[in-house]
Amino acid sequence: MLTAGFADPVFAAQATFRAVLDAMARPGTIQRIDAALSAPPPLARGAAAIALTLADHDTPVWLGADLTAHPGLTAWLRFHCGCEIVAEPAQAAFAFTGGAGAVPDFAAFNVGTSDYPDRSTTLILQVEKLQADAGLVLTGPGIRERNRLQAEPLPADIVARLAANRALFPRGLDLLLATDAAVAALPRSIRVSEAA
Amino acid sequence: MATVASQIASEETALRERRRAAMAVLAASDAAEVARHLTAVGPLPAHEDIRAGESGMVMVRGRIGGDGAPFNLGEATVSRAAVRLATGETGIGYVLGRDRAHARLIAMCDALVQTDSHAGAVERHVLAPIRARLDAARRVDAERVAATKVEFFTLVRGEG
Repeated sequence: MLTAGFADPVFAAQATFRAVLDAMARPGTIQRIDAALSAPPPLARGAAAIALTLADHDTPVWLGADLTAHPGLTAWLRFHCGCEIVAEPAQAAFAFTGGAGAVPDFAAFNVGTSDYPDRSTTLILQVEKLQADAGLVLTGPGIRERNRLQAEPLPADIVARLAANRALFPRGLDLLLATDAAVAALPRSIRVSEAA
Repeated sequence: MATVASQIASEETALRERRRAAMAVLAASDAAEVARHLTAVGPLPAHEDIRAGESGMVMVRGRIGGDGAPFNLGEATVSRAAVRLATGETGIGYVLGRDRAHARLIAMCDALVQTDSHAGAVERHVLAPIRARLDAARRVDAERVAATKVEFFTLVRGEG
């Protein structure tokens, strides 16, 4: 059954955009998303807010296997975002998925071209928990020395995947990690290592 | 099985036709008259706005003659809204202009037309009076135009 989108579309979309912008600019920091909306299960509220803010009729959206099984979710995205739902991850501007095991190989997504690296897929991963000061060690643009970020659940080989993604620079995927009320980013520019 | 399936399909077609007919009337209505007639339907069932009224533009496409190539005629302002009743029916309203309350009223009517409990009342109290007004206005226009009609005919000329 179709539910409402943002209670206050203009301000909620602006606040969510700002949160995503700050998360991207300072990789590893956790930004709050507190827009009021009723997200269709099993989409996390934060991920739903990102979808309402960024996706529209110009941005094909791909959904992970854990999300496509819910027709109500597809109808909700089509109604509120007007976006096309594509079956091939390589065609997607935004990809939403949860469940660490369900994330396809990053090479399956669109990593952009050398001429147009901006045309790559942005992957929004739903996670249960985000915590700073533990877990992965991040360095790179937007980080003074190093940031730490722990997110669960992530694919087991996330460090190797992000290293391969970094090697493609300026091509590559940008990752957003979304919980119900927060977002953190792992853009293509960062270097990631396991905790020492 | 086949008869059940075809029965469901025909019910869906009938519902679609009913909504289409209602929308044809409501699109030409004005907001005040829909609001006035809707009060006669009685207390409205519980509902929530799933898309608050918003205004935007649509590109109007035209073609000259039935076989002309389509072209962009220009942009028109359109308002839209969507309402869902507690019983699950979703009503969608689109109307020319910037009146978002009008779009919401139309969405409400569209939702009610889909219910068994209110469809009859909406037809009687809302759609029928508006349809009668539109038909009368159309007839007056047609009569006024008919009075100024000039019949052209050519006299047979005697050539030689």
